[in-house]
Amino acid sequence: MGRRQSVGDISYGLVIGTLALLAVTIIVAPVIIVLLTSFTNGQAIKFPPQGLSLRWYEQLFDASKSGQIHKTAGNSLIIAAWSTGIGVVLGTMATLGLARNRARLARVADGFFMSPLVLPGMTFGLAALVYFSLLGFRPSINLMIAGHLIVTMPFILRTTSASLSQLDPALLDSSQSLGASWFYTLRRVTLPLIAPGIAAGAFLAFMASIDNVPVSLFLSNARTDTLPIRMWGMMESTLDVRVAAVSGVLITAAFLLMLVMEWTVGITRRMRD
Amino acid sequence: MRSKLAEWQLALPLGLAFAALFLAPLLLLVGVSFYNDEKITQLGVGSWSGFFGDAFNYKVIVDTLLLGLKTICTTVVIGYPLALVYMDLSPRLQKVLIFVIVMPLLLSVVVRTFAWIVVLGREGVVNSVLLGLGIISEPLKLLQTELGLVISLTQIEMPLMLLPLISVMSRVDPNLRDASAALGASRWRTLFTVILPLSMPGLVAGCLLVFASSTTAFISQTVIGGVRLIYLPLVIWQQALVVYHWPLAAVASLSLMISVMTVIAALSWIGRRSGGYVNG
Repeated sequence: MGRRQSVGDISYGLVIGTLALLAVTIIVAPVIIVLLTSFTNGQAIKFPPQGLSLRWYEQLFDASKSGQIHKTAGNSLIIAAWSTGIGVVLGTMATLGLARNRARLARVADGFFMSPLVLPGMTFGLAALVYFSLLGFRPSINLMIAGHLIVTMPFILRTTSASLSQLDPALLDSSQSLGASWFYTLRRVTLPLIAPGIAAGAFLAFMASIDNVPVSLFLSNARTDTLPIRMWGMMESTLDVRVAAVSGVLITAAFLLMLVMEWTVGITRRMRD
Repeated sequence: MRSKLAEWQLALPLGLAFAALFLAPLLLLVGVSFYNDEKITQLGVGSWSGFFGDAFNYKVIVDTLLLGLKTICTTVVIGYPLALVYMDLSPRLQKVLIFVIVMPLLLSVVVRTFAWIVVLGREGVVNSVLLGLGIISEPLKLLQTELGLVISLTQIEMPLMLLPLISVMSRVDPNLRDASAALGASRWRTLFTVILPLSMPGLVAGCLLVFASSTTAFISQTVIGGVRLIYLPLVIWQQALVVYHWPLAAVASLSLMISVMTVIAALSWIGRRSGGYVNG
């Protein structure tokens, strides 16, 4: 560009550049700092860490010392797997049913299914607790799965319906005009083509379930506690250094999962669009 | 080929699940709030009048909404420039940056909250750096202050602001920006008269998500805010699981829902209006 750099343009570059740099720092730095802190040899959470060691990871993976943490992590995985599994089946069916429906009721239903995204989680968590208690249910893994199913549904619906709307309708028409049944077309044409969208949604829903606090807070008891609730307890009482080690494990797991999902279904592209 | 009615029925299982597990609990919660006593036997508006008769609860509601608005401000002030920079990057760097933005979203909120304890604590990063440089002589108290909480929530909620923003900005025709520059507009003027109005839907969507998420962020609010900063989620939790006064907890949680939904409706109204202005 031959245009002369004016004072305004230079100030633009400076201000926008500095703020953007601050944003990246604020996003990334805490994550790296926690990773470094988890390798401390000291008794307290300090930065810089007091000598490097794997002692807190050793304690974390020792079943006799950290059995409770292992159990809550197991609960988290079971709840996330079931709620995502059921969610994918119900969510995909609903998306297929509503995608080409222009009726007003279909739009309302769509908004209704997406509303857990903005409804305060604490409100739904309490509502679920009151509802299940008054119906006479005791806290159990099943109730947690039911609660997580609702709050993670928007993630499944969003990516699934996005990939379905990009599907060329001509493909479905030609499949049908060649004599394929509705179900055959679904099985051999539609589902394979929207599978990456479903997978991306399932991944996001799974992670949202693992991460969920408001619903688990109200629906869990000592037996069905999930990992985030347990970590919250550890942070509120004594600042147990094992929290740093758990964080280290979760950061590594999220990073690896993210890489896998990026290579297989292009997760970042789906979240951006 | 199936008829439209049959296809529509595929949404029935999810509809039933949402009716039984989402709508019914919320309606029941409204019902429970109209009982006076914690045994849920005596109908009346006592819980509502009791909750709103206490001036302290007004302050809690206002503080909660202000916390959401402050978090919106900080995420916009540093998130929007990052989205602008994103637009100028090469596709390769864009991929790296979007990875960096999405990654924290997949990290548990508890982990992100914990990270800020390490950063802001008495012996944390900020204090050791400032003490080491001799800028301060006493450690700053950053945890259990609203400033610390807003800084933490800025990072925790940032992806929710950036994703819709980047999604909308990517669809803005780059020729518009070049045309604006060719016609002699400064980069500031192009930002405020061309890019900002066109990116308004993304900005509003980001604000909605950040507001909804930060006002209900129980863990961050209690762990970083401590016991002296009280927001609605803590009141709901105390009434429901410590005091066991479900009607009062119901009133508190419905107040949270109504006030958050009101602000969200106002924000989307502003969004639609500004959208209309641009298109008209």
